Amino acid sequence: MIGIGRFGRMLLIGVPFFWLALFFLLPLWIVVKISLAESVIGIPPYTPLVTHGVSGLKFHATLANFALLVHDQLYLRAYFGSLGNAAVATVLCLLLGYPIAYAIARTRGRRRQVLLFLVMLPFWTSFLIRVYAWIAILAPNGILNELLTGLGLISEPLPLLNNQFSVELGLVYSYLPFMILPVYGSLSALDESLLEAAADLGARPVPVFFEVILPLTVPGIAAGSLLVLIPAIGEFVIPDLLGGPDTLMIGKVLWDEFFNNRDWPVASAVAVVLVAVLAIPILFAQRFLERSRIA
Amino acid sequence: MSSTRTGGGFRIAVLLLGFAFLYAPIGLLVLYSFNASRLVTVWAGFSTRWYGELARNEGFRAAALTSFEVATFAATIALVLGTLAGFSMSRFSRFRGRTIFGFALLAPLVVPEVILGLSLLLLFVSCENWIGWPSRGIPTITVAHAMFGACFVSVLVRAQLAGFDRALEEAALDLGARPSTVLVRITLPGISPALISGWLLAFTLSLDDLVVASFVTGPSATTLPMAVFSSVRLGVSPEVNALATLFLGLVFVLVALAFWLTAREERRRHTA
Repeated sequence: MIGIGRFGRMLLIGVPFFWLALFFLLPLWIVVKISLAESVIGIPPYTPLVTHGVSGLKFHATLANFALLVHDQLYLRAYFGSLGNAAVATVLCLLLGYPIAYAIARTRGRRRQVLLFLVMLPFWTSFLIRVYAWIAILAPNGILNELLTGLGLISEPLPLLNNQFSVELGLVYSYLPFMILPVYGSLSALDESLLEAAADLGARPVPVFFEVILPLTVPGIAAGSLLVLIPAIGEFVIPDLLGGPDTLMIGKVLWDEFFNNRDWPVASAVAVVLVAVLAIPILFAQRFLERSRIA
Repeated sequence: MSSTRTGGGFRIAVLLLGFAFLYAPIGLLVLYSFNASRLVTVWAGFSTRWYGELARNEGFRAAALTSFEVATFAATIALVLGTLAGFSMSRFSRFRGRTIFGFALLAPLVVPEVILGLSLLLLFVSCENWIGWPSRGIPTITVAHAMFGACFVSVLVRAQLAGFDRALEEAALDLGARPSTVLVRITLPGISPALISGWLLAFTLSLDDLVVASFVTGPSATTLPMAVFSSVRLGVSPEVNALATLFLGLVFVLVALAFWLTAREERRRHTA
């Protein structure tokens, strides 16, 4: 902005910068620090990394928490479980979301605005409530089982809740709008003359789709996939409410480690490794977000 | 896109199925909030009984008040800081630390909530050990929500500033307006759709958050999602359905308002 001066500029940048440094970057650093501490019974329940002794400063750091993550099968299985569940959910969201985005992009006028509004609405409504809604549907005596039994299609309730199926369904349901919106964005930015040219040159609809439309919407697909994959990996509410005893996801492991075992250093180590796992897709996502902002 | 009619049936089928999937669970939830029976699966006639029960539920009422208090303050702080951040990133293409600032603005949008919650709690606990402050509760939840709320606001403000015609500001300055006048009379009204939807987004995100609040709260403060979560863990209850219906209604009104305001602003810009 013109004419706010050096001081004004410093304040404008400095205040939000300081805020984020204090409440986002510093906390991450503290997580790293505590992941190197030992768990003790007390307040706070971990050992200090630096102590003042007679002989000056002493450092105590241990990698024991990270060794535990490698040696105990639970953690590795939870990391891979999260990655696997999130990857499957991403593919399913793409398969479901692409046709929906395509259909919206081909709708004209005000109706398209209404459809977009309806896709965005769930994003604003409570995540918890939307996950909760599925419990009543999928439970052994739930709406779906009662309906199927009533129609005489099944005699025993199907095991729909608290298993891998319900977790996957919950992930796809919750994150589908995150796939639809970016894909729709790149579909609506398509240059129509390219499609007309392809049609004029005699290309049939299916090859036009695979050879023109699909390659041109790769940025939207990539952005949508990252927006589904990243939060799904760290998800807690869905595995907790819809998952069963065989559901292992790292977000829930971290939660249990913290709230049930009260082992803050191990919970921190779980978080540090999770951030490291997520760093690559997050950096990709950031580049996409930056680029779409400039475009 | 090509406007051939061949895909019309396919398009409508996809839209019907897609939106049925997105909205059937919500519709059933709302429907069963009016069920006379306590059993969620047996339809025993229309009744508003659960809304009455809900009104008498002290726990939910206190939690709702806490949530609204937190969300109002958090959204307001987020609006101010997020707008400053959006301006910084949009108007200054070079300054020291811009890369890390940009990272810190976008990362909270994608970092899992469990990590945000854990890291903020560890900060608050460390802080409490050093200087005896803050005690955990409503203030810590507010700060945590304002932190990620500001990031969402900054994204919206940046997007709106990118489409903002700076010639208007320059014209006003050339005509002798003071910078503060330009800011208040030209720039802020120009980005008002982003400011309104940013505040509303920060508000609903705060109202909705379970995970971060569970980490950073103290023994005194329970937010609405926390109260709902502990009730839901015990099983499905029609009272929660009634509460969810009221909540969905409120969000629907707020979002429709934000959407309408943005659409009106865009139309005005197109006709201008």
